Amino acid sequence: MLHPSPHEYEQNIPFVELRNFTCGYAGEIVLNNVSMQVQRGDFVGLLGPSGSGKTTLLRSLLGAVEVYQGDVFVQGESIKDKRPAIGYVPQLENIDWDFPVTVEQVVIMGCTSEMPIMPWFRKKDRRRADEIMKRLRIDDLAKRHIRELSGGQQQRTFLARALVSNPHLLLLDEPTSGSDIKTRDEVMHLLDELNHQDMTIIMTTHEINAVAAHLPWVVCLNGGVIAEGPPNEVFTPDILRQTYDADIHVTQYQGMTLVAESPHIFGRGSNGDLH
Amino acid sequence: MLDPLQYEFFVRGLIVATLVGALCGLIGVYIVLRGMAYIGHGLSHAVFGGAVVSFIMSINFFVGASVWGFVSAILINLTTRKKGIRADAAIGIVTTASFAVGVALISKFKTFVRSFDAALFGNILGISETDMLAVLIVTVITFLLVIVGYKYLLFTTFDSDVARFHGVPTGWVDTGFSLVLAAVVVVSMQVLGVTMLASAIVIPPVIARLLTNSFGNMMVLSTSIGAFCGLGGIYASFYADVSSGPTVVLFSAFLFVCVLAYTTIKSKIKLWRFSSKF
Repeated sequence: MLHPSPHEYEQNIPFVELRNFTCGYAGEIVLNNVSMQVQRGDFVGLLGPSGSGKTTLLRSLLGAVEVYQGDVFVQGESIKDKRPAIGYVPQLENIDWDFPVTVEQVVIMGCTSEMPIMPWFRKKDRRRADEIMKRLRIDDLAKRHIRELSGGQQQRTFLARALVSNPHLLLLDEPTSGSDIKTRDEVMHLLDELNHQDMTIIMTTHEINAVAAHLPWVVCLNGGVIAEGPPNEVFTPDILRQTYDADIHVTQYQGMTLVAESPHIFGRGSNGDLH
Repeated sequence: MLDPLQYEFFVRGLIVATLVGALCGLIGVYIVLRGMAYIGHGLSHAVFGGAVVSFIMSINFFVGASVWGFVSAILINLTTRKKGIRADAAIGIVTTASFAVGVALISKFKTFVRSFDAALFGNILGISETDMLAVLIVTVITFLLVIVGYKYLLFTTFDSDVARFHGVPTGWVDTGFSLVLAAVVVVSMQVLGVTMLASAIVIPPVIARLLTNSFGNMMVLSTSIGAFCGLGGIYASFYADVSSGPTVVLFSAFLFVCVLAYTTIKSKIKLWRFSSKF
């Protein structure tokens, strides 16, 4: 497990708060009447089936959805009044890997709006990009094209772009999607490291056992919040059935609550019968 | 090589074609990288409709065609935002309808059919001093905007969604880009022609992309290749006595085939050297 429990901080003002929030796209509601809070230093995993509103919830914090009701507050201020300093890492599946950019060019993009009237990046921006690349151990890859990187290195590059503007809140959309075990562990330990450096993190994931079960706090979504809390409390057959609309078994392994799938054998068995 | 330079019309054509080639090469980088190659094709056809309407209404060609092109580009953007309509479909609807307006008006007023041959296929003989001035102004403005907006254009082109989250005014960047593209199409029409313009926008950046992995280098290379193809194409047009549009495009296409062959052979040799080590 990455943390035994969330950090202990002053809990008076939530770091992120959605209040009776209803939103969607083109008039269609995706999240209905959501109220939830995230405290400073939390590391939260958003869980749910495809189309349940995980990415929409992240985009709500970035002001990139149509709001039908309620409001979103970051550090006590409505995002309508002030654009919060948020680092965002999109799903890497959406990246054009043939685009002619190197690692350092991607990282420094995060400084684009720092000095709007300057056509070029400043020395200060370049220094910051160098620092963050060193911190994420990709400085030796600075001149490489993004296609020449491993999965973990690609994730680090886009993480560096999100961090270069010094945000206190980091949003990640499926950061481990399509990764092998080694890359997934590398990414999760890096996020854990950042979380220990006072970074509040909210991420979406489809991987219940490999990712969500290791997080200190999870939120189950399906058009709204079904349940939230530590995985041991939230991963119950009843909550998972409400979230995924399917029967999911729960089991204990070395103190962790994990989900287990019903055994299926697809295709033809050894006797040639179709199962 | 120097003989044609004694003709004033050729010198004018040479200057304009080189500038137009560079312009198309520069703007083409953004179009190719955003997967909008079809918009160059479509917008040039749309502007044709604007050119005919300007002629009929006795409005200055540059003003009428630019406004028409810009409105078409905005209409494409608006149509694309409608759920269920993809960009290629939106371009197809708006620009073909606009082109059809031009063709319909030409068939109605058959008296000026010949005037639009140059607009369709390009003709350096018809380049006036006003055309030269217009190309020069658009070139200076486009280069200035690309330099000033470099980091915004880069971020918006690479990852428009995230650029917006970082406070980049992507809506304004797109609108500004549409305006510049419309202006480039209008001033390029006389040399390249409506039907050839799309290739002049697409081929130089594609060649540049084959040669580099860096965005900055791609911009410099694509601009230089575009200028070179404009220059070479005009010489070919003079000696072959063919419209300038097709010669510029054929020159670019020939260069593309050469560079593609070079990069393919180079990668095969690299692969062969690598595999021969084992």
